[in-house]
Amino acid sequence: MKILGVSGSLRRDSYNVRLLEAAAELLPEGATFERFGGLKAVPPYDEDDDVEPAPEPVARLRETLAAADGVLFATPEYNSSIPGVLKNAIDWASRPLMTNPVRFKPVAVAGASTGAFGAVWAQEELRKVLGALGARVIEGVVPVGRAPTRFDESGRLVDEEIRGDLGDLVRNLVAAVEERRDGASAEAAVLPAG
Amino acid sequence: MTTETITTVPVGTWNLDAVHSTVGFEVKYLVGTFRGQFRDVDGRLEVDESGRATLEGYARVASVDVKDEQLAGHLQTPDFFDAERFPELHFRAEGLDVTMGEVRAQGEITIKGVTKPVEISGTVTPPAPDAYGKQRVGAVLTATVNRHDFGVSWNAPVPGGDMALADDVTINAELFFTKAE
Repeated sequence: MKILGVSGSLRRDSYNVRLLEAAAELLPEGATFERFGGLKAVPPYDEDDDVEPAPEPVARLRETLAAADGVLFATPEYNSSIPGVLKNAIDWASRPLMTNPVRFKPVAVAGASTGAFGAVWAQEELRKVLGALGARVIEGVVPVGRAPTRFDESGRLVDEEIRGDLGDLVRNLVAAVEERRDGASAEAAVLPAG
Repeated sequence: MTTETITTVPVGTWNLDAVHSTVGFEVKYLVGTFRGQFRDVDGRLEVDESGRATLEGYARVASVDVKDEQLAGHLQTPDFFDAERFPELHFRAEGLDVTMGEVRAQGEITIKGVTKPVEISGTVTPPAPDAYGKQRVGAVLTATVNRHDFGVSWNAPVPGGDMALADDVTINAELFFTKAE
């Protein structure tokens, strides 16, 4: 099982990247983690450019999302919402809507901010956007407020309560991926051969 | 001379004529009513010796028909019906009094994997022969459910604090049945 991590923050020392790394550690055995690092290269969405072949960074984004069994997003909060760069990438990924790579795919949302509220609005916004794409959005958010106090100098998440919430979130994500896979194999079993 | 009036649906199995039947829904949306229907439906009416009937019906979520393809696609996702996990809607009512005229009964409806009791009401029309030598009956039934009871909870706030989509959804079924041979 492949879980893809996407950080909405591009910053080198991003707390959201650290949050994804903490989540990767909490994944159960059998699940592998990969972080998508190509967000910055995705150009601004322009329908005139939304043709085949897609711009290379967009093709890479779509292929990486399609290859993942589940996706965990970690987003900061910019002006009470999600960063434009993340929304832009999702807008590219959403096209065409009916065959987009996250349709029916289990996805989960967490987020860290330096403020008190832990990007909770951005997480709710992101959940809404992912729902519009047709993703199976796992219940719950994991707000990591006052992020500098939650990680140690090596970047490790040291807040045990948040670690517990994050563990619950990734377990629910993995369970949804397994349920989807079981559902697909059950369907395959009842379909006639060929 | 007296004419015998048939006052109930004759005993036997009655299959849904899916081509002519309509199973749809309507829900208040912003300033009006939004309607859709399911193109792929199936059902059966079984009438026993006591004159009581069991009505069972299915609708394929993938066949939801609304005027916009994108919206039809969204209706199939986990925001609404979640067709991948729950490809069918199901309805069943037992002990239905199908004496001609008004019908009112308790049934069970399953939406998004959640089964809840629901009250249906409507009318049943008398049997009549069709042009192909078969007996037909018709039924017009309606039921109202709160979509949140079934986890169909998408909404959008509108300026002023209200929500765009109402909670109560009315399900309308105009059913044609043909007597099984």
